[in-house]
Amino acid sequence: MSFVFWLLAAITVAGGLAAVLLKNLVHCALALTVVFTGLALLFLQLDAQFAGFAQILVYVGAVAILVVFAILLTRSSETPKDGGVFSRTWGAGLVIAAAVFAVLGWAVLQSEAGLPHETSVPNVTVQQIGEALMGRYVLPLEIVALLLTAAMIGAVIVAMHEKGDAK
Amino acid sequence: MTVFATPLAGYLLVAALLFAIGLAGALTRRNAILVLIGIELMLNAANLNLIAFWRYMPHPEALTGMMFAIFSIAVAAAEAAVGLGLVISIHRHAKTTDLDEMNKMKG
Repeated sequence: MSFVFWLLAAITVAGGLAAVLLKNLVHCALALTVVFTGLALLFLQLDAQFAGFAQILVYVGAVAILVVFAILLTRSSETPKDGGVFSRTWGAGLVIAAAVFAVLGWAVLQSEAGLPHETSVPNVTVQQIGEALMGRYVLPLEIVALLLTAAMIGAVIVAMHEKGDAK
Repeated sequence: MTVFATPLAGYLLVAALLFAIGLAGALTRRNAILVLIGIELMLNAANLNLIAFWRYMPHPEALTGMMFAIFSIAVAAAEAAVGLGLVISIHRHAKTTDLDEMNKMKG
């Protein structure tokens, strides 16, 4: 439980709050990038170098850019005419989220004594991860490859201009 | 600074808080893109849980939690691409991304 962990946790949670609370959607996307970077640094703090750098590549590099493009293409950064950014049923949503956090936090604090204590730093190299991906996890890897191809084609078809569509 | 008996509890609480923030964003915001951002936050909180358990549980060299997190990142990327494509497509039809105004389901 180091100072670095608390600092990273504070940055990540503050970024998350900003991402869902800010009015301008471009600012939300920037706050989302802060969350992704904070999580990648938390992964590095957990000695998961490969997952940390994959997080930076996939989320900061691709998903955040995709979100910014979607915001600009749909002109959502303009605030709605009546000014409100929260839906009519925001109270119920807030209550549900608070209840979920209460249950999760209660479960973590209740089971804290049974959680495993500090273990030695796992010595996992990228070579081991690659061998596991090509050996034991080769079938899931192929399925993910198929899923990514299908998702790419699907996203292009869904967002494609239709024939005869005005503009 | 030792607030918890084990560092794992700290990571789990941060993940729970991030998940709740994402859920609140997905349930309360009016813009469809913000709902997708909330879903991304929830997926990332789950990933943090997976990595934290991988690190502190016995036998991290088996790489189970790490692999789960890596596949989860790949699936989340596919989800983001399709979701944002859908939002752009809906915006072309309905001229809005406001979820309160989207109350019809016809082409």
